[in-house]
Amino acid sequence: MMRIKADSDLCVGSGQCVLTEPAVFDQGDDGIVALLTDHPDDQSAAQARHAVTLCPSRALSILQE
Amino acid sequence: MTKSVAGELAGLKLPIERGCPFAPPTAYERLREQAPINKVRLTSGGEAWWMSGHEEGRAVLADPRFSSDKRKDGFPLFTLDAATLQQLRSQPPLMLGMDGAEHSAARRPVIGEFTVRRLAALRPRIQDIVDHFIDDMLAADERPVDLVQTLSLPVPSLVICELLGVPYTDHDFFQSRTTMMVRRTSLEDRQRAFAELRAYIDDLVTRKESEPGDDLFSRQIARQRQKGTLDHAGLVSLAFLLLTAGHETTANMISLGVVGLLSHPEQLALVKADPGRTPMAVEELLRYFAIADGVTSRVATEDVKIGGVSIKAGEGVIVSTLSANWDPAAFKDPAELDVERGARHHIAFGFGPHQCLGQNLARMELQIVFDTLFRRIPTLRLAAPAEDLPFKTDAVIYGVHELPVTW
Repeated sequence: MMRIKADSDLCVGSGQCVLTEPAVFDQGDDGIVALLTDHPDDQSAAQARHAVTLCPSRALSILQE
Repeated sequence: MTKSVAGELAGLKLPIERGCPFAPPTAYERLREQAPINKVRLTSGGEAWWMSGHEEGRAVLADPRFSSDKRKDGFPLFTLDAATLQQLRSQPPLMLGMDGAEHSAARRPVIGEFTVRRLAALRPRIQDIVDHFIDDMLAADERPVDLVQTLSLPVPSLVICELLGVPYTDHDFFQSRTTMMVRRTSLEDRQRAFAELRAYIDDLVTRKESEPGDDLFSRQIARQRQKGTLDHAGLVSLAFLLLTAGHETTANMISLGVVGLLSHPEQLALVKADPGRTPMAVEELLRYFAIADGVTSRVATEDVKIGGVSIKAGEGVIVSTLSANWDPAAFKDPAELDVERGARHHIAFGFGPHQCLGQNLARMELQIVFDTLFRRIPTLRLAAPAEDLPFKTDAVIYGVHELPVTW
């Protein structure tokens, strides 16, 4: 199963992840990424993977599939 | 193998004149066919690495070993005369020119203002603004009308004014100064425009420090006061950046987007048939025009290997966002405007920690404008052939000076 990691120190608040898969990614009031789940279900996995490639500051990574 | 093409592009000057207003300069394609990374000579003297490839460009922009500080030796400047350099070195740096921890400290306090959720709350107000200016357009006695003046410029100007707490009555003043700063006018003109705008913003921030309102700058001031770190110069730099970057760019994308869609009626028909396609169409238009080409330049602070090429500390790198957005390795048939492409991975807003702070605001404005304009004026058409429009070949940010339309 896919596992996502978000590094809040690297995050620059571009919101690309939230636009791509709002079922997995959210932003706090401070703009920093917040994971709604670190195990995206099958429905969200492809979009979550896309979000990882779009993240401009490489704050997102896939730990395991 | 990377071939040096210094000589072929001797005197590289951005923006390079385009042959066709809808396509990158043909020199870009020649360079890319040789290699994703080439060395080019600049008119200002010296050489720089020219990044044509999408993957290579993203790698540079996300890599902390490349600096955004224009004041550093080796940074690829296009007008490297002594006066410009001196002016550059005497100015406090904008967020765009900061690196690492300094950049992060400047950007972090502001990103909360641009979250997807906060921007969604602005949607109804932006819709009102767009409707208001389209009402005015429809009430115009004469046609054609210039879409730049009636819609493209006023919408983002009013939106950024409201967000920042800048009186909209001053828009003529700051628009004319911003335009002069990004046009390749004389150095004196640019310096005067810069100084006048900076003085205006300094005064505005001073007023907000004593009479706060409900706006972004007032919130930043309150936040800094709370921490006991009121930094007037830093606030002025931030205000300068947000105000100047916040309207001219979006205005150009509105105009070019309308030209692009009206020139590709089959693509426009797809958007009109289903507004659900608009967000994707916006991404494609952003990819296709990449209006801020060359703004994303860097200088290496240590030796780096990118795409098999060794870049040495102190060497300049120009990431061409336009070339990257037309890289066939990343976008199949890049010369085709295809609103259903799925072009989210374009780098029109840059990449890395400096990626445009206002990108999601720009996206929302573009979506609302295109949806509303073509719904309310379905017979909208260009009043001059697209290729005869006055394209901004004389400015750092691409666009059109005028856009006559009728219906």
